[in-house]
Amino acid sequence: MHYTFEIERGNFTDAGQASSSVKRTLKQLGVAPANIKRTVVALFEAEINAIAHAYGGTIDVDIDDQKIVMVVADQGPGIPNLDLAMQEGWSTASAEVREMGYGAGMGLPNIKKNTDDLKIESTVGVGTTVTMTVFFA
Amino acid sequence: MTIKEIARLVEGEIVGAPADDTYDVEKAFASDLMSDVLRFSMDETVLITGLCNNQTMRTSEMADLRVVVIGRDKQPDEDMLELAEDLDITLIKSKFSIFKISGILYEAGIKPLY
Ligand SMILES: Nc1ncnc2c1ncn2[C@@H]1O[C@H](COP(=O)(O)OP(=O)(O)O)[C@@H](O)[C@H]1O
Ligand SMILES: [Mg+2]
Repeated sequence: MHYTFEIERGNFTDAGQASSSVKRTLKQLGVAPANIKRTVVALFEAEINAIAHAYGGTIDVDIDDQKIVMVVADQGPGIPNLDLAMQEGWSTASAEVREMGYGAGMGLPNIKKNTDDLKIESTVGVGTTVTMTVFFA
Repeated sequence: MTIKEIARLVEGEIVGAPADDTYDVEKAFASDLMSDVLRFSMDETVLITGLCNNQTMRTSEMADLRVVVIGRDKQPDEDMLELAEDLDITLIKSKFSIFKISGILYEAGIKPLY
């Protein structure tokens, strides 16, 4: 099964709709709750990052009986230093983003922790593509 | 501890989804940082927060939270209340500070997450 979602630029109010929809789908498919949680936490963090640090983007989700693969792509400013960005607590989030409860610098570490495979391709000035895989077995 | 008992202790008002009397709350976690909330298992846990917006609801949804105490007399807007109902999350609005709510619940036997 393939699903696509748009992440709207600057739209924090609706942020999480894709993750919410994926959560409902996985529930219907009878995926184990622990795996649903890992999946949606990772996707939600990636969704928020595309809004907080880029200009929105797209989400592509593929689900089969073994796994879910989620690709979150944006045409934002890119991540200059990925090692730094992966560190717990590191954040360049704006004051506005922090006021909304984000910007703890735990997003990428949360994504890493909750996925079985994580690939981040980022080019400064071009954009960032985060590919996350969670196995159900 | 039941959701209604928590509401009584923090002199709060229940809004959003109706309280599920069969849900037993054992632990609490207090934070205004949503990524922090997403780091832990929230089974039988109540979130205590001063963050009162749609993000609180979405984060609670992803974290599998069933009940959230909104402190500091923050008022959820219509949108947020609707979302809470849709997601089956019970909100307890309290006038008390986060510290006071935490202290009251701790004293009443609610355990910290860690
Ligand atoms: N999609 C993205 N585009 C540009 N920069 C990003 C993106 N995702 C993450 N970053 C950078 O990595 C940092 C750490 O991300 P994260 O761990 O999610 O923490 P936070 O979002 O709380 O800042 C961000 O502050 C930002 O500098
Ligand atoms: Mg983030």
